[in-house]
Amino acid sequence: MARIVIGQYYPAPSVIHRLDARVKLVGTMFFIVTLFIAGTWAGYGVAALALAGVIYLSKVPPMFMFRGLRAMLFILIFTASLNLFLTPGEVVLVEFFFIRVTLEGVSHAGQIALRLIILIVGSTVMTLTTTPIQLTDAIETLLNPFKKLRIPVHEIAMMMTIALRFIPTLMEEVDKIMKAQMARGADFDTGGLIKRAKSLIPLLIPLFVSAFRRADELAQAMDARCYRGDVNRTKMKIMRFAPRDFLASGILIIYGAILIFIGRMG
Amino acid sequence: MTAKIEIENLSHIYDEKTPFARVALDDINFSIQTGEFLGVIGHTGSGKSTFIQHLNGLLKPTSGRILLDGHDIHSDKSLLKSVRQRIGLVFQYPEHQLFESTIYGDVAFGPTNMDLSADEVDARVKDALQLVGLSEDVYEKSPFELSGGQKRRAAIAGVLAMKPEVLILDEPTAGLDPVGKDAILNQIAEMHKVVGNTIILVSHNMEDVSRLADRIVVMAKSKIILSGIPTEVFSQPERLTAVGLAAPPIATLMDLLRKKGLNLPSGIFTIETAADALEGIIG
Repeated sequence: MARIVIGQYYPAPSVIHRLDARVKLVGTMFFIVTLFIAGTWAGYGVAALALAGVIYLSKVPPMFMFRGLRAMLFILIFTASLNLFLTPGEVVLVEFFFIRVTLEGVSHAGQIALRLIILIVGSTVMTLTTTPIQLTDAIETLLNPFKKLRIPVHEIAMMMTIALRFIPTLMEEVDKIMKAQMARGADFDTGGLIKRAKSLIPLLIPLFVSAFRRADELAQAMDARCYRGDVNRTKMKIMRFAPRDFLASGILIIYGAILIFIGRMG
Repeated sequence: MTAKIEIENLSHIYDEKTPFARVALDDINFSIQTGEFLGVIGHTGSGKSTFIQHLNGLLKPTSGRILLDGHDIHSDKSLLKSVRQRIGLVFQYPEHQLFESTIYGDVAFGPTNMDLSADEVDARVKDALQLVGLSEDVYEKSPFELSGGQKRRAAIAGVLAMKPEVLILDEPTAGLDPVGKDAILNQIAEMHKVVGNTIILVSHNMEDVSRLADRIVVMAKSKIILSGIPTEVFSQPERLTAVGLAAPPIATLMDLLRKKGLNLPSGIFTIETAADALEGIIG
């Protein structure tokens, strides 16, 4: 079974793993924003260098980082080629019927591709070094101010946690049901569109039945433990900023300043 | 007897080349004879489920071969479909895979996938449901209307309807009450007698397996550590306890009584045979 990298935590004893999830979450968003400010080869170069540094520190084999790219390959090629052929410019490199490739186009396509790659790898770094539970915990704390507006932040975070928690369980379930139906001669890989869609019925119905059963059991178990939302709820793991988190935030700000400076220069 | 399935140097590693890599099977060599009733015993995580999923080609070996009647089942991709028809596998909690709106329809799923004639499918469905002891009045019922034990039997019938030469059952009695458990085990034994097919019963319950199996395989830590007829296997209690298993309580009791000087024959694992033997001495 193919592994899905997004949301797939890679355990390793690294500084990046130990960073506060809030720093990583806000930092990733900040990093993505800076990519759009960069806009020059030099800017992308600095961003790529910074990302490489983080990957090195995270101790996750780089191979895992780039696995996330595979799913995005089509979009990557599509956007890059659109830019390649449709950018107007002065220096024409190739002219063939209606196809016109300009020097500006090549440069632009290269930058767009590089930006997308850095963006995807950058967010993959976060999901690889942060467990989904830490991430939702960070989202909950970051969204806390919205509780004043009567937005059920805790409930939303709990739903996300539960959904994330059950992805591997449901994937296991899919694997099991698929095998059970394959043992009865089901064929999921061949035939036309309609035949394939039909072949999913023996998979989807048991999956839904079991998902509902699990939801029911979970609700009962939560009820039995007197779960009632976040009223007077305490946490086992309280998020606290450590010196390394301040240091990381400082580095991020310096990095942002450098990028803006380069952008101004170019 | 001839070998039905031969397993040669079978190893399986999950998530190879990732930090999650885990050896599930480590160089297994074994043959399963035609028409035998084989019991596979082992703890959770001993590799028994991985092992049986190799037998019908649901999992591909990391290394090694599986031969069915002398042919490597992975030699040709088109062969796999027929392998899965010839080796029926009933998973743990098979009732979770029921999906049709009627019991009849669900049992017909397997044989329909075999491209048989409508009459043949009909005959097989009825035969299979009869074999597991479900009567005609459940044919048109929804799986959700049946009791747990009935659902389980319907799901087993779904595999039986394909008339497999080898039937593998993974913990067929898990989660059933004693009555439902006995009913299923008795039906399996009965079917083995009538049809004479090869049966592989996987369980962590020594008693169930010892009652039915001609031969037992004990798995632990990804390997086969013991195999032989039940008497042989249960006569080595130290090796069983070393891997967290135990001979059936009755066998242990008989062993103790024998040591105390009672003249009891070997090979007693069930309450019934033990009662008979003791009666012979006392009575």
